[in-house]
Amino acid sequence: MRKFNQFIGFTFSKLAVSIVILTLFAILLFIFKRGFSVLNPSFIFEFPKDGMTKGGIFPAIIGTLCLSFGGILFALPLGVMGAIYLSEYAKSNIVIRIIRLGINNLAGTPSVVFGLFGLAVFVKFFGFGVSILSGSLTLGILILPVIIRTTEEAITAVPKEFREASYALGATKWETIKKVVLPVATPGILTGVILGVGRAAGETAPILFTATTFYTRYLPDSIFSEVMALPYHIYALMTEGTKSELQLPIAYGTAVVLLFLVLGINLIAITIRYRARKEKKW
Amino acid sequence: MKKRKPIEYLLLSCALLSIIFLFAIAVSLFKEGLPIFKVVSPVKFIFGSHWYPAHDPPEFGILPLILASLLITIGALIVAVPLGIGSAIYMTELAHPKIKEIIKPVLELLASIPSVIYGFFGMVIFAPFIQRIFNIPTGLTALTASILLGIMALPTIISIAEDSITSIPSSIREASYALGATKWETIIQTIIPAARSGILTAIILGMSRAIGETMTVLMIAGGAAVIPKSFLQPVRPMTATIAAEMGESPMGSLHFHALFAIAAILFLITLGFNILANHIKEKRI
Repeated sequence: MRKFNQFIGFTFSKLAVSIVILTLFAILLFIFKRGFSVLNPSFIFEFPKDGMTKGGIFPAIIGTLCLSFGGILFALPLGVMGAIYLSEYAKSNIVIRIIRLGINNLAGTPSVVFGLFGLAVFVKFFGFGVSILSGSLTLGILILPVIIRTTEEAITAVPKEFREASYALGATKWETIKKVVLPVATPGILTGVILGVGRAAGETAPILFTATTFYTRYLPDSIFSEVMALPYHIYALMTEGTKSELQLPIAYGTAVVLLFLVLGINLIAITIRYRARKEKKW
Repeated sequence: MKKRKPIEYLLLSCALLSIIFLFAIAVSLFKEGLPIFKVVSPVKFIFGSHWYPAHDPPEFGILPLILASLLITIGALIVAVPLGIGSAIYMTELAHPKIKEIIKPVLELLASIPSVIYGFFGMVIFAPFIQRIFNIPTGLTALTASILLGIMALPTIISIAEDSITSIPSSIREASYALGATKWETIIQTIIPAARSGILTAIILGMSRAIGETMTVLMIAGGAAVIPKSFLQPVRPMTATIAAEMGESPMGSLHFHALFAIAAILFLITLGFNILANHIKEKRI
């Protein structure tokens, strides 16, 4: 009986993990199977035509790249400096706990709430309008916790001896951080940056009211332009417009491009981290 | 020594940014949300069962939206908790290290799939499937959304549960074996109870993730703002309402303020969940 219970338990655990993994592959398989046939160079490099029923998704790709790099441009310096404080300077336990509570709660805030915040503050209050700038700032705040966490992890992993050796040579604390700690932690920080870009590229709700438009015939010419974006494009093709049978293939194609982008970005991050761990000599 | 000070303040202010942004989010939501309560009392807003923001006169009762969010979140937990904890047990107790090396990145990829992709998958493949199985007029139901949200919450639940199981000292395990327990008995009667604070944290954070998820429910929950009576009907959770209606509500209108008020309530709910999770983790309840 005890063996039987064990057998049931183990089988359940194995089944659970298999279901999880099969689900991932099922989702990818279904989307790739139908989406690949849509992909070709003109789909990637052309503008949409005939009210979204033909043509490509070039402006949406450019828009997504602008928004995610804009977001990282904002979040990276702030996040890295915050992480340096947490791992190198913070001494008071209460301060650390409050900061950590803030990071965890910011990370747990629903994405649509970020969207409304961006609308109220960047679009309305600061008057940036629906633009790359508003969207990037909103996404930047959203990915700030990702940057802080990965950077902090990377900095904490730098051995204490490295710092001590630097102090022994007469370097100040800041010099040590700049010339010893940060260079050693770079692969880890880079992983955080890449994960942040991936996260920002896939988010829809935060840019829904702050940056995106369903259709534009122009590429953005300034940070105050509104843009198309891949995730919003998928949503719009599925829920707006009148010719859904013509829009569906384009939605499939857009989904494949977005998946390639996001999964590719994440695979790069995973690989960098794996290599860095393997090559570590201390 | 004197030179160090300014840089330290700069770094501290960056570290405090998360708290500052959190505070700014709260202030902006309340500032734009509170005006609705001049027209509707908070009790009527939360417990009113009619959401007709575009009618004349409009009605702003969000009970159907709150119940829809709750229903879908509970459904997602029913899917995600057994699968998540089962997977965490497999990863920590049963899997060969090499297999674990493969599964971990796969889970990370699962976590990185954008929610709009789940929504898209739900609309074109999963909803028609549900519709055929249950023979119902539409596949866009609370059940469809629950299952997909459950899948989306899995990576969060698995990774936190796994961390907490891994952190159980091996002496506890060995003591259980020494008493003659089998491996499974050790897992169920010793390891899981010892890791309960971490597992509870995992479940709460998974819940928080599910209740705040927007694009998936917007695309596949069906969108009917009525008090839900079953899993097999279309519903309209809070997040979906905000995302769907913000575009069509004029800035500064009552509808606009009502949507901000919903967001403020949603923010308070997830804030509560996150603080609770943090508390359980720190106190090891």
